Amino acid sequence: MQLLNTLYVTTADTYLRLDNDTLRVEVEQETRLRVPLHHLSAVVCFGHTGLSAPLMHRLAEGGIALVLLDDNGRFKARLEGAVTGNVLLRQAQFGRVADPAFTLDMARACVAGKIKNTRQVLQRGAREAKSEDEAQVLTRLADDLAASLRALTEATSLDVLRGIEGEAARQYFIGLNLLVRPESRAVFQMDGRTRRPPRDRFNAMLSFLYSMWMNDCRSALEAAGLDPQVGFLHALRPGRAALALDLMEEFRPWADRLALTLINRGQLTADDFVLREGGGVLLEPDARKAVVVAYQERKRDEINHPLLAQSVPLGLVPLVQARLMARALRDDGAPYVPFVAK
Amino acid sequence: MDEPEKIPLSALQHWRYCPRQCGLIHLEQVFDDNVHTLRGQAVHAKVDQPGVETAKGVRVERALPLWHDELGLVGKSDVVEFLAGGVPYPVEYKHGSRNKAADIAACDDLQLAAQGMCLQAMTGKTVNEGALYYATSKRRRVVAITEQLRADVAQTADAIRQMLASGELPPPLVGEQATKRCKACSLLERCQPQATHAGLIAARSALFDPDA
Ligand code: SF4
Repeated sequence: MQLLNTLYVTTADTYLRLDNDTLRVEVEQETRLRVPLHHLSAVVCFGHTGLSAPLMHRLAEGGIALVLLDDNGRFKARLEGAVTGNVLLRQAQFGRVADPAFTLDMARACVAGKIKNTRQVLQRGAREAKSEDEAQVLTRLADDLAASLRALTEATSLDVLRGIEGEAARQYFIGLNLLVRPESRAVFQMDGRTRRPPRDRFNAMLSFLYSMWMNDCRSALEAAGLDPQVGFLHALRPGRAALALDLMEEFRPWADRLALTLINRGQLTADDFVLREGGGVLLEPDARKAVVVAYQERKRDEINHPLLAQSVPLGLVPLVQARLMARALRDDGAPYVPFVAK
Repeated sequence: MDEPEKIPLSALQHWRYCPRQCGLIHLEQVFDDNVHTLRGQAVHAKVDQPGVETAKGVRVERALPLWHDELGLVGKSDVVEFLAGGVPYPVEYKHGSRNKAADIAACDDLQLAAQGMCLQAMTGKTVNEGALYYATSKRRRVVAITEQLRADVAQTADAIRQMLASGELPPPLVGEQATKRCKACSLLERCQPQATHAGLIAARSALFDPDA
């Protein structure tokens, strides 16, 4: 499987145009970059980026997604060619959402994938912990997550599932703080998950990384012919990509791990964040760029996918999973199995 | 009124190769390019221009629209040669060589027979023969359009129509067929036949075991 590039445009006041069969990136009328279009699967623009209509036509024609995000990575719009894919698959999807037993089953799988992957983050942390005390705390938290995982099989309603998930997340975030190297803990201390706006630096970074994962999950679902708005664990709500959120659960720990790497390697420091009046915290533009670059590199890592028994670049795993989701929605008796790293 | 769904001639060949492949292409409407399909397109680009030409007293039609109302088939021929007396002789271009495994060659035969049946219905002339032209070996293989092949065409068209009406995607191939055919299939990545039903069920039950 080939991972085609996603072009992320993070520099403000960039203009993109079509130049033969390449995409030309201009900043203040100077050419900065040329990318052959057949190397691209998506163009993702943050904030204020201009682009020419011929380029938009060519992207739509070539099936290259054009995605517009705001400065903080929130989804704004997506340009696509004519609606394709299988309307019958989407109809099956709508039917499944109306089936409480199926909905519960699907939601259970999504939560399980997340808990299992978060547990691995803590277990690895415990193995690598510098102090015996911390290793013990991390092991205990990992054990709690194991208990949550087992409890999922008994959950008889979505509310119970969400309750288990919330509790597991709380434990996990306590553990995440311990995975930050001691020198950086004062700067990157986190007190649970905060958003809109994030209230600490760790959360600011997570929000940004989650937006990018979210966007990739959304694209993967569209590519698999599914409606990203119609989900199971996440309730339907206007403007919410519920299925993309469902799919993303299993990938959150990957975002968390990348955030930890950036902190622990000192690639991001206190200066990379702006603290706004009232307590909101945002990433500085240069830091955003560094995070995007790190994310793109991480997506190239080859990961062994247990169900396909083959190695796949991490960036393609959402697509593999979206197709497995389509299969679960369509084929009776083929359960959805989230991606759990071995 | 809703017309009964027309089935593209190519679907017959896809179905014979693998029903799931047929479903992915004609139900899900996906077509992932790979080397095989790209090569196929290059072959077809040459024969796809409509036009008429005369070689050795034979009138040749390229990219001729074909249909069969009774069977509900539509499509296009690569080349139709009109023999003496106006009897049409379909020639279908294929990439690859003439020496294909018998079961794969049978897929091509089916498609060609269907073309012959369309031409017969369209012109009223009996079409008993056609040929497959293999681009790599540059050789023709003559195919007799037998009663058996005709029955196969009708039966396959029925099976496809039922699949399209049900909206259900057929399961992946298994066993020896999977070993042989999936490798060369352009839809391998989308189909994910490695994730078998049994494999999914086993993985799902291990999901809630923290140490599995
Ligand atoms: S990969 Fe195999 S099972 Fe899937 S469509 Fe192709 S031939 Fe059929």
